[in-house]
Amino acid sequence: MPKAGSGLSLDGDRIPMWLVLELTYRCPLHCAWCNNPLDFDNYRNELSTEEWKRVLREARAMGSLQLGFSGGEPLLREDLEELVGEADRLGFYTNLITSGIGLSRERLQAMKAAGLKQIQLSLQSSDRAITDSLVGAKAFDAKLAAAREIKSHGFPMVLNVPICRQNIEQTEDILKLAEEIGVDYLEFANIQYYNWALLNRSEFLPTRDQIAMAEAAVARARERLGKRMTIYFVIPDYFDERPKACMNGWGAIHLTIAPDGSALPCQEARVIPGLEFPSVRDAPLAWIWHESPVFNEFRGDAWMKEPCRSCPEKEQDFGGCRCQAYLLTGNAANTDPVCAKSPEHHLVVDAVAEAAVPGRRRRPIVMRRRDSVNTMFMGCGG
Amino acid sequence: MTENNTVAAGDVPQLSPLYLLRWEEPQQAHVMLYPEGVVKLNETAAAILLLCDGQRTAAEIIADLNSRYTSADVSAGVYRFLETSHAKGWIRIKS
Repeated sequence: MPKAGSGLSLDGDRIPMWLVLELTYRCPLHCAWCNNPLDFDNYRNELSTEEWKRVLREARAMGSLQLGFSGGEPLLREDLEELVGEADRLGFYTNLITSGIGLSRERLQAMKAAGLKQIQLSLQSSDRAITDSLVGAKAFDAKLAAAREIKSHGFPMVLNVPICRQNIEQTEDILKLAEEIGVDYLEFANIQYYNWALLNRSEFLPTRDQIAMAEAAVARARERLGKRMTIYFVIPDYFDERPKACMNGWGAIHLTIAPDGSALPCQEARVIPGLEFPSVRDAPLAWIWHESPVFNEFRGDAWMKEPCRSCPEKEQDFGGCRCQAYLLTGNAANTDPVCAKSPEHHLVVDAVAEAAVPGRRRRPIVMRRRDSVNTMFMGCGG
Repeated sequence: MTENNTVAAGDVPQLSPLYLLRWEEPQQAHVMLYPEGVVKLNETAAAILLLCDGQRTAAEIIADLNSRYTSADVSAGVYRFLETSHAKGWIRIKS
């Protein structure tokens, strides 16, 4: 799941340039679009401090450069500062990806001292009540306070706003709030429909009119702000005719380590059945990256079927997202149905159309909580 | 971009605080690291950006490079690169 606007001008040459450590699945929030697995509570066996440090050393030796500390909420790991320090000594560019809950002045100072380079903070709305209801907790005030502390400590800051039907019409207000805080990069990250977000897709998908309005607001802000704030806004792939170049290709530059040590080609990859994800506890990272079957499963283009195989654009988008292909068509080697050339493109078109029907019955949103999907999952197949 | 990105001889370019410029051994190249991105620099680009220290003027940067590279005068290329870097937000101009 690449970030909107991710810039990577390195000829990666199969180096895991981009390393994401999901330090824990624990989180004080209950966001209903969380990309953690639906059964996240089954993965409790978190790596120890020393195990994470070994991962950092092995990855750096392979040439990893960009490092994201993610989760869950990484601040729930008390060894976060220690891991940041180790990563900085090894030469990573360290990013903290946080909800802001628990980001005290003391911890910010400690991470600054440890060498943390930048912080990506999530915010769901410019409105307190909407934010708190979307994340299932009283979070707005804490997030805003965290944003101001981050800037007062001089960190470059990305404000990440997951965009859905419920907040897209506040784009203008969110832009103003970000400008007032002094955000360096504002990323409108349209929710991508995996895991919890897929369960709630019909309630979260915005309409085409909403997207057009938000894009216009972004264009006006870019005109006004120039280089003071970089704004990313990429329309959700469901509204596109071509798929996203997911992860810049499977096993190309991106490596995620889950809390239990499983190595994943992307955060969502566990949704694809039949794949075995080796653990850093059992095998050297270099073997996992270069040799393990799962990292080679969709590398290159030998796995492709038509229409991808003969498509002149296959070098640009790699057939889209394997997880999305599986979740929507039942086969991870199919063309991502976002592509208009996919014989199953109608699945995406229908989902967009269905979500936009005026006056349709709304479904309750399933929040990210332990066991909350056991009964709900069956009813949300579409 | 609506802003003017031209760079004059007396301007003092400085690497933006959002960017970290350093040598990366596995790539055998200088890289610029920033939130969510990496740019690998060729030798010339790195040589110019390393001089964007907030002290030297553009003219002084050019003089420095001319003294090290014996080929033709580098000034046109350096101004072009500084203007591109400015447009990309890699450098800021102190006046």
